[in-house]
Amino acid sequence: MSEPLVLMEGIVKSFSGVHALNQCRFELQPGEIHALVGENGAGKSTMMKILSGVYSKDAGKIYFKGKEVEIPNPRAAQHLGISIIHQELNLMNHLTIAQNIFIGREPRTAKIILNDDEINRKTAELFKSMHLALDPRTKVADLTVAKQQMVEIAKSLSFNSEVLIMDEPTAALTESEIDELFNIIRQLRAKGVGIVHISHRLEELKQISDRVTVMRDGQYIDTVKTSETSIDKIISMMVGRTIYETSPELPENPSQEVVLEVKNLQQGSLLKDISFSLKKGEILGFAGLMGAGRTEVARAIFGADPYDAGEFYVKGKRVQIHSPQQAVQHGIGYLSEDRKRCGLTVGMDVKDNIVLASLKKFLNAIGWVNMAQTTLTAQKYAQSLNIKTPSLDQKVKFLSGGNQQKVVIGKWLVADTEILIFDEPTRGIDVGAKSEIYKLLNDLTRQGKSIIMISSELPEVLRMSHRVVVMCEGRITGILNAGDATQESIMKLATQRGGIISTNLIPEAGRA
Amino acid sequence: MQRLLAFGALIILFVGFSIASPYFLTFDNVIGILLATAVNGILALGVTFVIISGGIDLSVGTVLTVSAVMTGVFITNNHWPIWLGMLGGILTGGLAGFVNGVVIAKMKIPPFIATLGMLNVTKGLALVISGLKPIYFNDTPIFRSLAMDSIIGQVIPKLDIPNAVLVLFMAAIIANLILSKTVFGRYNFAIGSNEEATRLSGVNVDAWKIGVYTLCGLFAGLAGVVIAARLNSAQPALGAGYELDAIAATVIGGTSLSGGEGSIVGTVIGAFIISTLTNGLRILSVPQELQLVVTGCIVVLAVYADILRRRRK
Ligand SMILES: Nc1ncnc2c1ncn2[C@@H]1O[C@H](COP(=O)(O)OP(=O)(O)OP(=O)(O)O)[C@@H](O)[C@H]1O
Ligand SMILES: [Mg+2]
Repeated sequence: MSEPLVLMEGIVKSFSGVHALNQCRFELQPGEIHALVGENGAGKSTMMKILSGVYSKDAGKIYFKGKEVEIPNPRAAQHLGISIIHQELNLMNHLTIAQNIFIGREPRTAKIILNDDEINRKTAELFKSMHLALDPRTKVADLTVAKQQMVEIAKSLSFNSEVLIMDEPTAALTESEIDELFNIIRQLRAKGVGIVHISHRLEELKQISDRVTVMRDGQYIDTVKTSETSIDKIISMMVGRTIYETSPELPENPSQEVVLEVKNLQQGSLLKDISFSLKKGEILGFAGLMGAGRTEVARAIFGADPYDAGEFYVKGKRVQIHSPQQAVQHGIGYLSEDRKRCGLTVGMDVKDNIVLASLKKFLNAIGWVNMAQTTLTAQKYAQSLNIKTPSLDQKVKFLSGGNQQKVVIGKWLVADTEILIFDEPTRGIDVGAKSEIYKLLNDLTRQGKSIIMISSELPEVLRMSHRVVVMCEGRITGILNAGDATQESIMKLATQRGGIISTNLIPEAGRA
Repeated sequence: MQRLLAFGALIILFVGFSIASPYFLTFDNVIGILLATAVNGILALGVTFVIISGGIDLSVGTVLTVSAVMTGVFITNNHWPIWLGMLGGILTGGLAGFVNGVVIAKMKIPPFIATLGMLNVTKGLALVISGLKPIYFNDTPIFRSLAMDSIIGQVIPKLDIPNAVLVLFMAAIIANLILSKTVFGRYNFAIGSNEEATRLSGVNVDAWKIGVYTLCGLFAGLAGVVIAARLNSAQPALGAGYELDAIAATVIGGTSLSGGEGSIVGTVIGAFIISTLTNGLRILSVPQELQLVVTGCIVVLAVYADILRRRRK
């Protein structure tokens, strides 16, 4: 093998006494796509943050092209030619796309005067090469999470770096965007760039990676060639035991009682004539491409966004929902796709976040919060969701990405609402925890709760849903029964552009 | 948008007061409004930068005081040339701002606390240095005329707008260029929008933050020099409370207290709204106590209008 582009050896890192990394190793060749996998909290992000100058290591050595280097800050990493897309979005919402992409290295006249025309032009060129239709002058705040993720990717590409680290870049993307991303990184690989790809979508490994490094509990396990290793083998290295993927249990049939009915929901040009119903004990999957309007539907139902027209019926009674508070009163909970912006109070600890949405339950007669009971409840959910945290008093912002997601889920489970809307519930969650969450969802429906599950992972939608609503460009293009839904039939409906509403084409299940 | 709203409000105030009192729209009175705006406006320019970066500066009022006092010390007591004394006054403000910046960026003290401390420090220093007595500029009459004469009046007869007002507009133009055209301005917005993301983009956030507070201090210093010239004296007890007017002007002008958003044009309009309001209410002989009540309500309403606008979006 040629000299490695990057070699990290004996890396140790602890956070206030807790070991996050212990004697870790990582090696990257030029012109390879190297996948880094491991359970939530295994230390993948921490390892890459050390390589990109965000954290300093406690011990160990980093070699770049054979020479030992120190990387004390992000700037130093940029100078070496190492760029990273962080797991959490790191954008300045008030700035435009182009301003975000060129932050810190904007072209200047006389050292201080900005030239926005130039960055707009360069950004437009970049987007063209990525087949992205975005205006560089748009403010980032006005973009969806998926588009923001594409901006992050564009930003990291614009560095023309020799090392490109991507920490779960695909978590927020849909299949077609992922394909586009993979094409781009294959081209980069051909040019000799070394690429680190962190992902919990293990099916991607075979598709894209040359080698895989597995980490577990802050330890380096092994590095293997993807072509010579099976996914099952990788999973067993990740979790330290062999787990057998249980065949998906067929969801039980829900009752025919309708708990939520949405009629003719209309929101500007985003949502057109959305009508559907949700039954008691049902999981209703929402599939579609990025920008199809699924999140918008959820937010409208939850009262988080204003809508132009539409009627909501909860258990047959017409209700008004104009604020999240009203939604919660009618027994509707919403787990947002963007945990940092809407789902968590990252400065508070795990315990408080879990009970936040249902604090009322924990008040005693004089209005004090019953601490013992909150701790007990938080403990229960932290355990059943397998949240990896040194203690319940840890601030949520110090948890790994996947564990933060679990906290949000825990929060809505405690809230114990009748109707739960999950927007991308398993984004960034490892295989083991994923099946835990699936089990939990099934348990919930068995208890008579109803669930709307928005997901961009088709296998997940197919596995979990009783019925699948497919959306395209703000319309419902079809509602499929579990029996009729296949990847192909969903994709066909999801790309049915041009406004042919085909709800009539496929008879909706259970409707008289 | 908020700027249009604010500008509309300013017009309405003008029209309203003109109808209510014949004295309001006289040349002398309008000059009075302009003069009153000059000092608060210059202060607010610096505050705008700080608030856009997501911070706050409570010390600008008393930094103004100490700068004015130092100008007096330099020119009257030490007999420095006037230009040097003025420069010294401005740099005094810059120094105070720099200290604010270091305390906030390096020692990680929250801006509210850090600048509250600086408020008291500068308040005390102004009193100590001046020996509790005003310093007059009677030996150097040119100093006062620098602010109160009118260059415009010499070019266009009868339009005797004092130079102090000119200083405000020039400072505003420079501030606007810095904010919209330079790296400094861009990073200011970036830090206010998402400090962590800016840091992760390789920007030396601490250094730029120190820069922002220093710039704010420089503006406060300039305002101190202007007010000293206008009053022909450095008053050691004047200036406390000015910071609130400056913050109010900034916020009325549409700058978001949570950072990342704001404009110089808005701030200048905001400063005009405050002085127009104060002036108009005085002309209508509203008692001073009630004037305070009205201005207080206006500030809150302005921010509420901004919130409503945002929510609709
Ligand atoms: N800034 C921090 N302060 C304290 N603990 C931290 C900090 N950052 C990470 N940790 C801890 O270090 C461990 C490794 O976290 P890391 O983010 O690297 O996991 P990960 O492998 O990326 O997981 P995920 O798949 O969930 O993103 C976790 O237990 C986490 O709680
Ligand atoms: Mg991670």
